[in-house]
Amino acid sequence: MCLAVPMKVIELKEGGAGVCELENTLYEVDLSLIESVELDDYVIVHAGFAIEKLDIEEANERLQLFADLAETYKDQGKVG
Amino acid sequence: MKYIDGFRNHLAAKAITEDIHKLAGELSVLNMEARIMEVCGSHTMSIARYGIRQILPENVRLISGPGCPVCVTDAAYIDAAIELAERGIHVATFGDMLKVPGSSRTLADARSAGGQVHVCYSPLDAVKLAKENPDDEIVFLGIGFETTVPPVISIVKKAKAENLKNISVLTAFKLVPPALEALAQDENVAVNGFLLPAHVSAIIGADAYSSFVEKYKVPSVIAGFEPLDILLGIKGLLEQLAGGKAELVNQYARVVKNKGNRIALDLIDELLEPADVSWRGIGTIPQSGLALRDEFAEYDASKKYNITVEGGAPDLRCRCGDVLKGIILPDECPLFNKGCTPLFPVGPCMVSSEGSCAAYYKYSR
Ligand code: SF4
Repeated sequence: MCLAVPMKVIELKEGGAGVCELENTLYEVDLSLIESVELDDYVIVHAGFAIEKLDIEEANERLQLFADLAETYKDQGKVG
Repeated sequence: MKYIDGFRNHLAAKAITEDIHKLAGELSVLNMEARIMEVCGSHTMSIARYGIRQILPENVRLISGPGCPVCVTDAAYIDAAIELAERGIHVATFGDMLKVPGSSRTLADARSAGGQVHVCYSPLDAVKLAKENPDDEIVFLGIGFETTVPPVISIVKKAKAENLKNISVLTAFKLVPPALEALAQDENVAVNGFLLPAHVSAIIGADAYSSFVEKYKVPSVIAGFEPLDILLGIKGLLEQLAGGKAELVNQYARVVKNKGNRIALDLIDELLEPADVSWRGIGTIPQSGLALRDEFAEYDASKKYNITVEGGAPDLRCRCGDVLKGIILPDECPLFNKGCTPLFPVGPCMVSSEGSCAAYYKYSR
């Protein structure tokens, strides 16, 4: 029940409501617990509520680190 | 979405796993074992699902702590919810709660016997239920850690704003930092590293653990729950152990801020106050829960219906308590897969997919 997943905000409605998308499925999400949310933001959704925004810069940095690790690993000839 | 794939890159996983083995080698020279506890149901699930335990060196042990909110829900609480259903009150809850054994029955049993038990995806479903059925009384089962608390108590805010009188919450919320403290103080729990929860931390913020880490000097890493997040978290903990350090590191900065989610924390503070609460298999931990403040008593199901959450007689054969403290592994419980399975769970750890026993059962056999 604690599962919380990143979803993309695709519609903002009145009263803090919104619609988010995950893998082509749309979900009604309550956005009242997060500050200054905008269209196309990624939010972490838990029990129908967005509980935090995803910091895209931080996420990209981490992805870059993983990509680099994979690259180095490959370069060392460890993948046959 | 590219996002997820990048966090599951298997070459990066191999590279980090190699580092983990190197670090574990350094530890074994020092005759040290890393005993890492995760306190987050999503971590438990990911670790089991991606077979992370199986790729770790022998002297790196992962222990599933009390991170599954369903698993730490007292039998007495289930009994109270069943009693409400028997009194004709509609009980609304997350689906995981239906099969949790109380002293003698489950909410699913109560529903088969004619009780009104509704499964909700979001607490807001319960508000809808209350509006659509103005002549009925609705109680939402308020369980969960800091992540779940704000969504659930939003019910109270909404009910107040819309003058809804037929909905209330039976609270049994739990807080992670006091539980960490209790674990660190327990002599039977030999843990030398904590993998701190992802989304609990999103609410309370990284700073919420500073005093704990300072006081108990245990290496602690906040990690996301994608497989690479977890591997990197483990690597970070091993680095600290090998280097004789005990620090708090936030590796999940893409979501977790130092101060947490201000709106959610303010909401918690406005409506709730710390309370002693009993954790199944562990016992009462002082100030480790949250209860509604007196001003919101009309939304407090225990006051509204004068119901007590006390006593409770869980099946004594179940060793969830020892599993949650890392004293035994799930398959060391005599009932594991012999009388206790996800279809017929004896204890709460076998019910939720985040439960240690259920995760073990599903992926480790
Ligand atoms: S296997 Fe079943 S009875 Fe044993 S500890 Fe786990 S949940 Fe309890």
